Amino acid sequence: MSGFDLIVVGVGIVGAACAEYASAEGMRVAMVEPGPIGGGVTAASMGHLAAIDGDPAELALAHYSLALWSQWVDAPQVEFSHCGTLWVASPSDDEAAIDAKLARLQMAGVQAERVDATGLYQLEPELIPGLPGGVRVVDEGVVYPPAAARLMVERACARGAELRRECVTELTHDGVRLGDGTIVHGAETVVACGTALSRLLPELPILPRKGHLVITQRYPGRIHHQLVQLGYADSVHDRAGSVAFNVQPRPTGQLLIGSSREFGSTDTTVSLPVVQRMLARAFEFLPGLGSLHALRMWAGLRPATPDGLPYLGSVPGREHVWVAAGHEGLGVTTAPGSARLLVDAMLGRASVLDMTPYDPARLLS
Amino acid sequence: MREHYDVLIVGAGPAGLAAARAAASHGARVGLLDAQAHAGGQVWRRDVMQAAPGKARRHLQSSLRASQVDFLAQTSVVAAESGALLVEHPEGARWLTHDALIVAAGARELLLPFPGWTLPGVTGAGGLQALAKQGWPLAGKRVLVAGSGPLLLATAMTARRHGAQVLGICEHMSMRTLTRFTAGLWRWPGKLAQAATLRARLIDVSYRSGHIVTRALGDDHLRTVDIEGPRGRRQLDCDYLAVGHGLVPNVELAQLLGCAMHEGDAHPSVRVDAHQHTSIDGVFAAGETCGIGGRDCALIEGAIAGHAAVGARAEAAGLASRRRHARAFAAHLAQHFVLDARLRERIEPDTLVCRCEDVPWQSIEGHVDARSAKLASRCGMGACQGRICGSALAALGRFPHGGLRPPLFPVRLAALATASLSHAPASAVAPNAGSES
Amino acid sequence: MKTSRVSLTVNGRRCDVSADISVAAALAEVGAPFRRALNGQRRAPLCGMGVCFECRATVDGQAHVRTCMTTVREGMQVTTDA
Repeated sequence: MSGFDLIVVGVGIVGAACAEYASAEGMRVAMVEPGPIGGGVTAASMGHLAAIDGDPAELALAHYSLALWSQWVDAPQVEFSHCGTLWVASPSDDEAAIDAKLARLQMAGVQAERVDATGLYQLEPELIPGLPGGVRVVDEGVVYPPAAARLMVERACARGAELRRECVTELTHDGVRLGDGTIVHGAETVVACGTALSRLLPELPILPRKGHLVITQRYPGRIHHQLVQLGYADSVHDRAGSVAFNVQPRPTGQLLIGSSREFGSTDTTVSLPVVQRMLARAFEFLPGLGSLHALRMWAGLRPATPDGLPYLGSVPGREHVWVAAGHEGLGVTTAPGSARLLVDAMLGRASVLDMTPYDPARLLS
Repeated sequence: MREHYDVLIVGAGPAGLAAARAAASHGARVGLLDAQAHAGGQVWRRDVMQAAPGKARRHLQSSLRASQVDFLAQTSVVAAESGALLVEHPEGARWLTHDALIVAAGARELLLPFPGWTLPGVTGAGGLQALAKQGWPLAGKRVLVAGSGPLLLATAMTARRHGAQVLGICEHMSMRTLTRFTAGLWRWPGKLAQAATLRARLIDVSYRSGHIVTRALGDDHLRTVDIEGPRGRRQLDCDYLAVGHGLVPNVELAQLLGCAMHEGDAHPSVRVDAHQHTSIDGVFAAGETCGIGGRDCALIEGAIAGHAAVGARAEAAGLASRRRHARAFAAHLAQHFVLDARLRERIEPDTLVCRCEDVPWQSIEGHVDARSAKLASRCGMGACQGRICGSALAALGRFPHGGLRPPLFPVRLAALATASLSHAPASAVAPNAGSES
Repeated sequence: MKTSRVSLTVNGRRCDVSADISVAAALAEVGAPFRRALNGQRRAPLCGMGVCFECRATVDGQAHVRTCMTTVREGMQVTTDA
């Protein structure tokens, strides 16, 4: 393999998007991935397409990227469900909290609407009584990320991109060295291998942030929107272990129940005590959940950066090396946006968003 | 809420019952769990229409009558931690702690895909037995028994006892292999007698060797079966096709506990030493879960495990030679009842491999491992948690069985959420469980 | 052996079946269907022992109950796929 314009290292949802956009620009692309496409944290993820109002720079990236998702969601294998998002206030949230949420989303350009208590139960009768209301974002939904990643790779390959099922052991001055010892030559390399970033770019810290999910048998029509607790972003920013209410109706009719966050664990063994805390939180909003059957549980390692924003851009001190990694729990939502920004930067185009917040250099001073 | 047992036994078939009796004989407090409402497992499954055979009755009574044995019916294991099991039962869920654990989870049937196998009326061979015993109406129904293994004769017998008209038995092994198998049975006179008796009672039922089912046909229910044999093809109209290809050990609980398995076989089985001790301290296993060996093997191994679990090493060791003899039968069985290539060849591109998620054979072709196939096709993501398709694909040489996470079976979320009182239950020193071979 | 009967409601209709049998056997006894596959085809129990999940029905309001593992009870409400 030689003479590529771009080598993409790691083909999860972010790498796949980078490969697709690059190939669409006429670049000759090589993709290197040791496992199934989208088989890492991409496969473990919830697949939500939602703008989370944590950090403003993250919200901006999410909003931008969601618009780009529209070119993918019509493909049936992506299993896009236009269920919308319903941010659900807990009894301790007051009106001001709901208003503030609405304002933050709207300021970022998200089309969000206030839902009062009456409206809440019309939309989701399974919610526990006594909740004050929430915020609804109609134009959001869920996808099946491994299939979306595979679709992006198929489109790239249709334009001549090549896929090599190998791992990259080293970045060289003109490409990458593979596990079998061979070198792939490329003008530019983008490292998009998520939680494994430190193996190739140890100067860019990645903190694996373990999360658990439980999926149920099929119960179609029980819930209609992806439901998220209003203060979800607090859980994201809580450095200690945390759980948050986040339940999603899959197109199959199964319910996907999340979410949990913890640092310090680097394996994906399911921790039953954490799952139990997560379920307890979910029951606080959906008391009927208890009688539904859990089918499977799993854990994934979100690639988190020290400040919670992804690394997007050229890597300081390494010529021709770029990075698109560290998306924590927003990798699926922000994949097309990240890829678009990165490829534009590679081609020297002015970027649509200010990329300073995601500049890898920010942590290397 | 917690309850402590000296010995906890999962599975109340022959192995579990024997283990319970053995452990209780030394005064241990024994908990015997089974997902079914009655003890007996599959081999001694309670038949609503008939009294249990003498041997079964004696074992059931002697094991369950002991006052130290608590039979926990309709109780399934959801998850496990060291020294404790989370179990679900109709009233809810709770944690049970134990000093020793004996996994006697038995086996399930190997059910292989073929065109039309999803039609109502197509069941396993053991499957039809189980259904008949739980009261499924078979009187006057035309039943064809097919597949391979000694189970086919027992199925035909049960079907007939429940009033069915058994049209025939189609055994896929060749006559030559069958003869070799039978010739080797002299070492196990009990088995030989059993086989001879069954054959004699079924003398009027056509027994075709070297035959396989190639297709089941019907609209909403089975109507006709295509079979293929050495002398060509034929069709048989019938109401039920009871087809099975032997048994697969139920190892999921042992795997969840981290027990080492035997390497190299299509279907994993739990590796144990001469005292039925697994690679995990305090965890024993006995019977089919350690490799398909039949009822006698299960009874002996269950007894060994029950003695060993309470430290009664002399009693356990005393059963060693009987165990070796019974396990040799298992090897004899495995040697002869090997699946042949025609079972793969009859599968068509649109033959469903994963019944839960309607995944056809063509969707899983071209994938290098089970995980890729699963992510791409949803094969194994359904209600049976990949047990049926997983075992079938392993038997067909397609993918080896994958890893395992809890829950072991679909479980109510409220049960799953039942927290243990502490994460590390204080356990007494595990009974002497060395690893001699 | 057992001659006693129990009364259940299957898909809205009251039925009288032998006591002590499984719900799966009861459904067969009254000629009720089991589940529909994703592609709409009818399915029925395969393994008889709680592994295959083809025998599922809604029993007393609880969905996905394995009827081959459940004994009939007086007054039970059973609903299968339409």
